[in-house]
Amino acid sequence: MRPGSPTTSGGKMMAQQGKEPLAADDVSNNTAADESINNAMVEQGSILLRRMEICVAEAEKRSGKNAVNMQETFTVYLIETRPMDAVTEGQNPAPDSLWRRYSEFELLRNYLIVTYPYIVVPPLPEKRAEFVWHKLSADNMDPDFVERRRIGLENFLLRVASHPVLSNDKILCHFLTEEHGWKEAVCETGFHAKSDSRLRALSATFRVRNPDKRFMEMKHYSDELQSHTSQLLRARARVADRLYGVYKVHGNYGRVFSEWSAVEKEMGDGLQSGGHHMDAYAASIDDILEEEEHYADQLKEYLSYAEALRAVCRKHELNQFELEMASHDLISKKQQREELATGIVRTFSFKGMTNKIFGQEAPEQREARLKLLEELIAEGEESVKEKTVECEEHVEQAWVDMQRFKEQKDKDLREALISYAVMQISMCKKGIQVWSNAKECFLKM
Amino acid sequence: MSVGAARGLASSGQKPIAEILHPLSAAEEPLSPGPDVSVTGSASVGGEKEAGLTNGTPVETSSPASASSLFNRLQLDDDLEADARDPYAASETRDLFVTVDDPKKHVSTMETYITYRVSTKTTRIEFDLPEYCVRRRYQDFDWLRIKLEDSQPTHLIPPLPEKFVMKGVVDRFSEEFVETRMKALDKFLKRVADHPVLSFNTHLNAFLSAKDLNKRQGLALLSKVGESVKHVAGGYKLRARPAEFCAMGEYLDTFSQKLGTIDRIAQRILKEQSEHLTELREYGAVYSSWAAVEDELRRPLEGVAGCVTTCCGAVEELSDSMSQDFLPVLREYVLYIESMKNVLRKRDQSQAEYEGRLEAAILRKQEDRAPIPLEVEKCQDKVECFNADLKADWERWQSNKRQDFKQLLTGMADKNISYYEKSQAAWESLITLLQDKQTEDKTSETN
Repeated sequence: MRPGSPTTSGGKMMAQQGKEPLAADDVSNNTAADESINNAMVEQGSILLRRMEICVAEAEKRSGKNAVNMQETFTVYLIETRPMDAVTEGQNPAPDSLWRRYSEFELLRNYLIVTYPYIVVPPLPEKRAEFVWHKLSADNMDPDFVERRRIGLENFLLRVASHPVLSNDKILCHFLTEEHGWKEAVCETGFHAKSDSRLRALSATFRVRNPDKRFMEMKHYSDELQSHTSQLLRARARVADRLYGVYKVHGNYGRVFSEWSAVEKEMGDGLQSGGHHMDAYAASIDDILEEEEHYADQLKEYLSYAEALRAVCRKHELNQFELEMASHDLISKKQQREELATGIVRTFSFKGMTNKIFGQEAPEQREARLKLLEELIAEGEESVKEKTVECEEHVEQAWVDMQRFKEQKDKDLREALISYAVMQISMCKKGIQVWSNAKECFLKM
Repeated sequence: MSVGAARGLASSGQKPIAEILHPLSAAEEPLSPGPDVSVTGSASVGGEKEAGLTNGTPVETSSPASASSLFNRLQLDDDLEADARDPYAASETRDLFVTVDDPKKHVSTMETYITYRVSTKTTRIEFDLPEYCVRRRYQDFDWLRIKLEDSQPTHLIPPLPEKFVMKGVVDRFSEEFVETRMKALDKFLKRVADHPVLSFNTHLNAFLSAKDLNKRQGLALLSKVGESVKHVAGGYKLRARPAEFCAMGEYLDTFSQKLGTIDRIAQRILKEQSEHLTELREYGAVYSSWAAVEDELRRPLEGVAGCVTTCCGAVEELSDSMSQDFLPVLREYVLYIESMKNVLRKRDQSQAEYEGRLEAAILRKQEDRAPIPLEVEKCQDKVECFNADLKADWERWQSNKRQDFKQLLTGMADKNISYYEKSQAAWESLITLLQDKQTEDKTSETN
């Protein structure tokens, strides 16, 4: 947080429910549960977004040497920020700005994922163009792709900056306000070390005895969400492809009507002008489908969100797994102690065998071993305590965020469906207009 | 589209159509058309009930072609009157109405075929009775056409739908095929019946009235062969074709070519639409299966799935109408053009024959002072008649072509508009549903 900056709503938590579609100066939602968590966990303060206007204003091409010293071209994005007070007071100061490239956003996100494993971290726009229908470019340098990516990056920042927990992160603030030295600062946090490779290996399974049922259900749901959104994206791309074909073939009517009109007397005018409308019809599909890509982008966001949700559940599995391992270990050590103390061997052990064969060991040795065992048991109990706390805290915090996520998802997707329906209606209206115009011409034939 | 529909209501003392009861609609009330009703070849405006028609196995089709196409024609009446430029208009009164409908399948040991009911109503004295109702099969129509071509070589004979269909590819007994063919046969017959010369042809009379045409079938093949032989055997070379007939020929060539292109485009569109439909169905299904795993989002997702399904239905309707209404008319005109080119050739032949004989006669005259033989004069008459008939028919054909294509293209536009209207309605009702739910949720939250 910026030191000393007066906050317009410092300390005041919002009671407002429901998240509006994200705009630069919008406020985020905050449930009652969030409030208490926030009070407990984060510094007194408010959501970053309420204090600062953020946008990703532009994109530019740059050239430079990459990590292996080869020349490459890449795109950078301009992040502009302005203090909210200035905006609301009607002043219009020039925004602070800096340039960042996509890989830096990725780094920020990875940091957030590792540092806040109980949060469903908002996703970035896709790294490569996927679910492309044939006319759409799969080229990362394509201007339409860059523009949609710019919007996606802005969306990411707005979501993060309006999150009750994430918005308070210092590295995030640094990312937004200081161009240089940020990468070093991130690395200094040592988050790489905390990152557990086991979490990244999606295929790894932990044999967990008592995972929280709700988390297992949520994980299952995340798989479903992922599967359905990707199926939908694929099917939508195929429909777009076909629709494109239908519209474009109509353009041929324009040409043939024009040629035909040349040999007609009374019919000629009507035919030719009708043909022009057929051309217009064929041309109209390009804009229609470009607009539909926004809908696809919304679906893609939730496709990625599904993965983020899954990661939180997996973290729980991992925590629970470690806890169970630690508990199990503690139990077996305690058992060993008991056997050593009482001399009764309940379980098969190497020591038991050697005792039988070579006779009981000397009392000093036994004492030593017992002492070691007591130390280990003490350590083990500490460990179990820690892990229990870690697990419980994670469950508590994650459950809150998953509820927040669910509400956000329901709202966002419903709005996405509504806006999709609006797009379809607009397409129908255009179709009716063009064909009505054509009909007028044909009637004059 | 009936050739003669360009003209307005019959007058001059004939019984108005409203008072003539169709023999098959005995159970119905007399028709009472509105002021704009155009009299076309069909007398069965009210449509026919299925009851009472029990011969043969009914082939399932929708309502009789005549009824629906009649309504289509009704829409264009205002334009038609203004455009009529038929030289025969003044003298013609509508007194012969024909309809082709009611297809039925007949199964015999030798073959299976379809017959159609041909109904006639007329006040002409050339017919013995005022009404006839016979059953005819495609072969019979073919016979009629050949007879007309033979007996009226100077006139343009309307075309028939295609004769041969590849057995493996097209189902000759499918509802769609039969329906399409029947509409074309109806159109053919109406055009003939509306033609001021062809409609008085005795073969037409026999076709419409005779109980049994079978005896004459054998002659059909022979005369067809005979005709082609006649063409080749002409042998005279044409000197100078009058410019107007040249222009006709050129026009027909260009027009035919353009129609071919339009046909290809329409077929391509059908193909693309069919693939679009396949993907749309898949698309809708995904929304449904996603809905099953959601709670709050279930209704919205199912709503979208429903919309997509409605759109699928609309696409299907559009495609069906294109293949059943649009393409057949295009194809029919291509056939029409072919037969017209034939007539132009025949005209050329008769002119060539005349010129040849004339030349020969002049040479002979120079030698032995004989007068121009009668045959040469007959030839000249023949050519002049031919030219006059052809010109008149051409004008009429042009006028009808204009109406037909105006109707065809506006029909296509209408179908597309209707498709978009249906889709729009579906999506609009979804938005209402989704937004209602939103306000519902908001109020329940504040409660």
